[in-house]
Amino acid sequence: MAIELKMPALSPTMEEGKLAKWLVKEGDEVSSGTILAEIETDKATMEFESIDEGTVGKILVEEGTEGVKVGTVIAMLAGEGEDASSIEAPAAPKVEAQQVKSDVIQDVSAESGTAKLATEEKPKKRDPEVPHGTNMKTSTVRDALRDAMAEEMRRDERVFVMGEEVAEYQGAYKVTQGLLDEFGPKRVIDTPITEYGFAGIGTGAAMGGLRPVVEFMTFNFAMQAIDHIINSAAKTNYMSGGQMRCPIVFRGPNGAASRVGAQHSQNYGPWYASVPGLVVIAPYDASDAKGLLKAAIRSEDPVVFLENELVYGRNFELPELDDHVLPIGKARIMREGSDVTIVSYSIGVGVALEAAEKLAEEGIDAEVLDLRTLRPLDKEAVLESLAKTNRIVVAEEGFPVCSIASEIASICMEEGFDDLDAPVTRVCNEDVPLPYAANLEHAALIDTDRVIEAVKKVCYR
Amino acid sequence: MPKTKTDAASGTTDTPVTPATQDDFDLGSLQQALEGDKRYKADKEELLKLYEQMLLIRRFEEKAGQLYGLGLIGGFCHLYIGQEAVAVGLQSALDGDKDSVITGYRDHGHMLAYGIDPKVIMAELTGRAAGISKGKGGSMHMFSVEHKFYGGHGIVGAQVPLGAGLAFAHKYNEDGGVAMSYFGDGAANQGQVYEAFNMAALWKLPIIFVIENNQYAMGTAVNRSSAETHFHRRGSAFRIPGMQVDGMDVLEVRKAAEIALEYVRAGNGPVLMELNTYRYRGHSMSDPAKYRSREEVQGVRDKRDPIEHAKAELVELGMSEDTLKDLDKTVRKQISEAADFAESSPEPEMSELYTDVLVERY
Repeated sequence: MAIELKMPALSPTMEEGKLAKWLVKEGDEVSSGTILAEIETDKATMEFESIDEGTVGKILVEEGTEGVKVGTVIAMLAGEGEDASSIEAPAAPKVEAQQVKSDVIQDVSAESGTAKLATEEKPKKRDPEVPHGTNMKTSTVRDALRDAMAEEMRRDERVFVMGEEVAEYQGAYKVTQGLLDEFGPKRVIDTPITEYGFAGIGTGAAMGGLRPVVEFMTFNFAMQAIDHIINSAAKTNYMSGGQMRCPIVFRGPNGAASRVGAQHSQNYGPWYASVPGLVVIAPYDASDAKGLLKAAIRSEDPVVFLENELVYGRNFELPELDDHVLPIGKARIMREGSDVTIVSYSIGVGVALEAAEKLAEEGIDAEVLDLRTLRPLDKEAVLESLAKTNRIVVAEEGFPVCSIASEIASICMEEGFDDLDAPVTRVCNEDVPLPYAANLEHAALIDTDRVIEAVKKVCYR
Repeated sequence: MPKTKTDAASGTTDTPVTPATQDDFDLGSLQQALEGDKRYKADKEELLKLYEQMLLIRRFEEKAGQLYGLGLIGGFCHLYIGQEAVAVGLQSALDGDKDSVITGYRDHGHMLAYGIDPKVIMAELTGRAAGISKGKGGSMHMFSVEHKFYGGHGIVGAQVPLGAGLAFAHKYNEDGGVAMSYFGDGAANQGQVYEAFNMAALWKLPIIFVIENNQYAMGTAVNRSSAETHFHRRGSAFRIPGMQVDGMDVLEVRKAAEIALEYVRAGNGPVLMELNTYRYRGHSMSDPAKYRSREEVQGVRDKRDPIEHAKAELVELGMSEDTLKDLDKTVRKQISEAADFAESSPEPEMSELYTDVLVERY
């Protein structure tokens, strides 16, 4: 059977090109790899190789022809036992593929991804009830996190912890204290200072069926490893059509610490929260830290778990339960109120609660909503609270531009516009790298006074 | 796992042993073993099987190039033509039930060598629902957990620590498996490769690092990008023994793989293999490959082609020309069917846009 040689597309964007030069003539014998012609695309001159063996029959497009559409039959090739001179050109050149593509694009534009996601039914999970009479103990966030890891390691042999100084040193911030003694060096592993490398090894181990908990000494250093968090861990399930999972937890302190300067003081919540394929959790108190870290370790998805160094040592009430696991993706009302909602997460929740107490003294009843999970974000909880109070202030320890606060403002505009009695207002850090000097650092970070001021503004007081 | 005080406490030694104090390290020990006996002794049938696999890859890639030219394959498409003996020779030595494999974006050949159906690979290239990634991955992002093939990674060098992670899982699970991580001479200059070398050697992970040196990192020849172009020496700073192998001779590749596997399976830690090979086509379909001469490419094709080499050897062993011709026809038919399947099967449903982002629902 005669073979049609068609004008090839030689780059992802090529639609037509110039047939610059024929390197064979009619009657020539060719084999696989023989260069047939030179074709000029918009970017380069490319060689067009033969795939098949045969004899060049009729050349249908002369050399020097410009604007030859991709898919046009440019020559015929006679196969074994055929007479090249008798081969006829096809009646009409077919152009396929391009047509299919344009149909698809139309389909997509019919319904945007955001709209589609919004309409999808979500499971209505709430925090499990703490049984009446449960003993409440006082625990630091640090101990709650350690207990969460220890409990999950006892429960599942596949769970292991790796990172810098997590084993013999007992954790740079003592979050992994005691784990080496209980679980041994096979499951509590000190790594060299090589974030990109061990984030990749952890991700590969998760692909291979383990449940790694990778500790970054701080998330500032995870910038070295962000390629594996995003390109390797977050995208794999989607790119593999759901066959290859990556159940891993990347955890460590995030956000400003104290007097450590710009390179060690940044909140990466908005960075990771913008990536589909990741779960991003940023708890505030000990109960949420423990319950959500346990949920994160059990999740089949890659989780970025953002802690805060300044909160590690704070004491909170923690229910003494055998298995304290909380639902991912659900915000929590930390304080009920009716006049205004202060939305926050991580260390900002403490600031918001303090502001709410002071506002109460002035007769303003503020609700405080802790997002807890930044992705997927609990939009329903934000919109429900907005419907109740009609005013939202977002308190976020982080840069203001393209922040979680920006996202909350956008959600309220798009889906809660009729409920708004005042503009959604952001209270974030100043839009500067964090300075070292005590007075400047203090001035750059969010504080209670600024939250109070913003609340009063939206309450027109 | 890493050396810790607990190891010391177990009584094996009083002072912690660091790799640097061991004097049994010999960078060239495996190379010497290979020099002694370079080629795997394949019988006629074995060699025919390897030849068939290489031919399947060659014809598949030629067809993929053709479909790309017709606009049926989009984006980036990196062909493996010329390098077939590497994947086929190495893969043939692995234990398919235990060992895992990971590679970069030039991944079609490795999947075919693993026995994955050409239809689902080709359908992935054309972006169809029947593709191995449901059409959502494309040429560079294909996986088969069933075959322990872990991708298909588009970021140059990422597969090296990921592969070390697979090896970590083998060791952790004590399943006897070895991970094989393929990467190119270009990726060999990435920092994360050396981070992975360090940890793999430190923790004695069961992994073979395979550098497919096809002489060009996209358009940059190795001597323009690499201070040390003998890539098999690149592990010496981490006490990883290296091997330099003719990647155009499938039987030498097979033999080298056996030597490396024996060393790694014995718990000695990683091996670094450099396979000298050559890609006939451009880096990707849109690369005109002006950085080398036509004569250079033709010279390799004429003198070192792995498939022609194996074919000549088969004839020498008494394989009839007719058998080889029939095999060629069978392979062509198989590829032609794969291409028809890939062209005619439907594109993914619109609902697939939103599936597989996360595994669980929150």
